[in-house]
Amino acid sequence: MPKLSIEDLEKISERVRRTTLLREGAGRAKVTVHMGTCGIAAGSRKIIDTLLRLVEEQDVKDVILTTSGCAGLCSREPMATVELLQEAPVKYVDLTEDKIRRIFLEHVLGGRPVQEYALAVGSERTQ
Amino acid sequence: MEDLSLHILDIVENSIDAGARKIQIEICEDLRKDLLSIEIADDGKGMDEGTVKKALDPFFTTKTVRKVGLGLSLFREAARQANGDLEVQSKAGQGTKLRATFQYSHIDRKPLGDMAKTVITLIIGHPEIRFVYLHRKDGHKSRFDTDKLKTKGDLTAMNALEVVNLVRKNWPELR
Repeated sequence: MPKLSIEDLEKISERVRRTTLLREGAGRAKVTVHMGTCGIAAGSRKIIDTLLRLVEEQDVKDVILTTSGCAGLCSREPMATVELLQEAPVKYVDLTEDKIRRIFLEHVLGGRPVQEYALAVGSERTQ
Repeated sequence: MEDLSLHILDIVENSIDAGARKIQIEICEDLRKDLLSIEIADDGKGMDEGTVKKALDPFFTTKTVRKVGLGLSLFREAARQANGDLEVQSKAGQGTKLRATFQYSHIDRKPLGDMAKTVITLIIGHPEIRFVYLHRKDGHKSRFDTDKLKTKGDLTAMNALEVVNLVRKNWPELR
């Protein structure tokens, strides 16, 4: 196993801190938009921009928005993972601004995953 | 990628993956010299000489989720299409600095795009990192440093809406 550097430890500490925030109620949900080269080229910045507009329009204060790198499924970008407290994460693929709007309203705010846009339920957690 | 601000977002995400805690983005639009330059400097783990040589090869990556590393080679291609180029300087343990140049008036130069959206996306995704953004154009200079926001509160403990509102308040040039 490779040795951990100080930077690795700082990254782990940051991830744990953000997960703790989700558990402790600072966030009820977390939306992670994948921002690898593939995601960015496919339009992931528009996805996060739409999410920011929705957060503002709906005056939502308990949803954590964050980004991560390439998830390894470049042909299905833009992708996002929605995690609600104590529920399995859902990974959404081939996103558009309209799709993420529906996912935000129905899943993030309403608690009902949009199955037709989901790749998988219970995939890896993106902390 | 449609515009240069998306390339910048992509390159900065690489810096973050390399463990950078401070990332400076500097854009200079020099119309007199017909030159656009973009510099991205980070204090991440850097690369040794051998890795720097391979970094622009699209079939080389240090990542494990896939076998290609297109970000830098796409950025260099965008620069070369506009009579420019991309230089990479890096030292293991000390960070990396990239400088891309473009002929400003070249018909194939991609537009700069929406840098505000790129910077906000970076801050939202990585509030723990210090981002410094400098933009020079026609003698005007704009500078935004997320360190200035730290006096207003802990960005990592704020929700997205609070972060965006704080950035808007403290970055007058942001529209």
